[in-house]
Amino acid sequence: MTTVAARFEIPFIQILNEKAELKTPLPEFANDKTTLLNLYRNMVETRIFDKKAIALQRTGKMGTYAPINGQEAISTAIGNALHKDDVFIPYYRDYAAQFQRGVKMSDILSYWGGDERGSDYSTNNKDMPICVPIASQCLHAAGIAFSFKYRNQDRVALVTIGDGGTSEGDFYEAINVAGVWNLPVVFVINNNKWAISVSISKQTAAKTLAQKAIAAGFDGVQVDGNDILATRLVIGEAIEKARRKEGPTLIEALSYRLSDHTTADDATRYQPKDEVDSASLKEPIGRYKKFLEQQNILDDNLEKEILESSTEKVQKSVDEYLQKSTQPISSIFDYHYESIPDYLIEQRAIAMEDVNRG
Amino acid sequence: MLIVADITLVEAVTQALAFELANDDSVVVFGEDVGKNGGVFRATAGLQERFGESRVFDSPLAESMIAGLAVGMSVQGLKPVAEFQFMGFIFPAMNQIIAHAARMRNRTRGRLSCPIVFRAPFGGGIRAPEHHSESTEALFAHIPGLQVVIPSSPKRAYGLLLAAIRNPDPVIFLEPKRIYRLVKQPVEDDGKALPLGKCFRLREGTDLTLISWGASVHETMLAAKELAEDGIYCEVLDVATIKPLDIETILDSVERTGRCIIVHEAAKTGGVGAEISAQIMENCMSSLIAPVQRVTGYDVTMPYFQLEKFYLPSVARIKETAMSIME
Repeated sequence: MTTVAARFEIPFIQILNEKAELKTPLPEFANDKTTLLNLYRNMVETRIFDKKAIALQRTGKMGTYAPINGQEAISTAIGNALHKDDVFIPYYRDYAAQFQRGVKMSDILSYWGGDERGSDYSTNNKDMPICVPIASQCLHAAGIAFSFKYRNQDRVALVTIGDGGTSEGDFYEAINVAGVWNLPVVFVINNNKWAISVSISKQTAAKTLAQKAIAAGFDGVQVDGNDILATRLVIGEAIEKARRKEGPTLIEALSYRLSDHTTADDATRYQPKDEVDSASLKEPIGRYKKFLEQQNILDDNLEKEILESSTEKVQKSVDEYLQKSTQPISSIFDYHYESIPDYLIEQRAIAMEDVNRG
Repeated sequence: MLIVADITLVEAVTQALAFELANDDSVVVFGEDVGKNGGVFRATAGLQERFGESRVFDSPLAESMIAGLAVGMSVQGLKPVAEFQFMGFIFPAMNQIIAHAARMRNRTRGRLSCPIVFRAPFGGGIRAPEHHSESTEALFAHIPGLQVVIPSSPKRAYGLLLAAIRNPDPVIFLEPKRIYRLVKQPVEDDGKALPLGKCFRLREGTDLTLISWGASVHETMLAAKELAEDGIYCEVLDVATIKPLDIETILDSVERTGRCIIVHEAAKTGGVGAEISAQIMENCMSSLIAPVQRVTGYDVTMPYFQLEKFYLPSVARIKETAMSIME
């Protein structure tokens, strides 16, 4: 005898398609023009920041940088949907969310500029710093969510990961424990189709990444990650579901990496040109701009103002970054332990003497 | 009069965990089988019953997850005491421990920190299966940001574990399982911590300094006793915290005795003994009457239990090495 032990399906959600056509009625949050404009402003600001950061690296004023071009909607939606008291656990391509959460643009520049102070967010003291070791941050999110549950707080942890990261053990271990402990955590996969040069087809035989949630015992959802309205809706719902203690959600946001992996990479070596061309037509900002114009929320004057003020804000941050003095050599010793041990005091003295000799 | 019970090292671990669970509600104890079962060595016996499932709980079976959860909990101000069932299974957790727990304070310039205790039974000598008997403490001692603590008696297990839990930074707390139940000592449950980063002088002597930690402390003490019968008086130091090293106490002793043997169960090459020896050479070579010696495990994979007793540093090897530098 054979019966069906389990069935599942993965919904795909899109509100605004690539031609800026509304496929469903507008979600409730879209009734608020300020919210709609904030989403736009944040995406535009992030793209201007991104271009500037690449230019800083190219001119030798910053180190290796991981661009976000083309994926601004996912990150913007996260930043907009999270509450201040929630905790964001980012991977390394999520500046739009970080900016909304109070992380300064100059902090991100410092981080890629080789300065640890770039992770000492002066305006936000609980979000995690950018995580480089792939997928390891998913477990931190589960641990942070555990602490909310343990203290009976109405807070949520949201973690981001790339498509390649879903091949890592830590990703599976994290969704597994999040499911079994019913933790208030949201996992957002930024499926930009590429893990450096390895395409998604070489990462998994699964039809979606969202369905990996099924094995962990909770919901998986796929969303058009270049549709800010759908992405904001889906992420917001998942966050509030977690806040109601109704369990985690895994969101696979479909996008495309319209950039090199980092400034040390050359994506033209492996991304097919026709694929990039077609992905460029689906990018998030153009379609959303059209939508806002159709809704009479955005006009040329406002567009001009947004571009100018964003450029000015980015430039100010660049100046702040460039004017920052280098940390003293003693700083490399001072933060390993709450109180500095004798052997480090000794080594610090040697290093300071060495620096002073020039 | 207060009667203080004689307890074993593993019972002292339980007693310290219980004290701190009662004392500080940010402490949580978790790992594989630590809940109802009370741990495979009974180190958490009765704790879930006493403190509830929200404080003492089983985790799914995944070591990287145990360490990664602890990182997340600790940056939010909890004080997780995470158990790895055996040190031989700690390797999947290395990324979380080294890339995150050890670095968090430094990489955020003190904004976030990881007050975690990673506990693991370690070492050989209990006829355990493959992968259950490793001594890889040097791997952790090498990592900036970590502290590594190894008790060798019930009293020190109690006091050092309390100190480790109260420490604001991550501590690797390795429990020598060969001596979990070797001796009993009265251990007052007074919540008094012992200092981390300090050696314990277990025996005074004038001819030779014997330095050890963990289970090997017992062979070292036996050797010292037998050598005294032959008129060789050894000072014995239990290092207890191998990172940071209490090098002052070590140097003070070696300067007085002029001879030093380091005894450890871990493999010789790159072991903590090499670090201690190097620091002695750097700081008090002129006090040395004889070259520093090491009596250690061999540079081989930990043998299965049929041959493990020949791998572990024996009283005879320690004595023979001592005689060889006494002229």
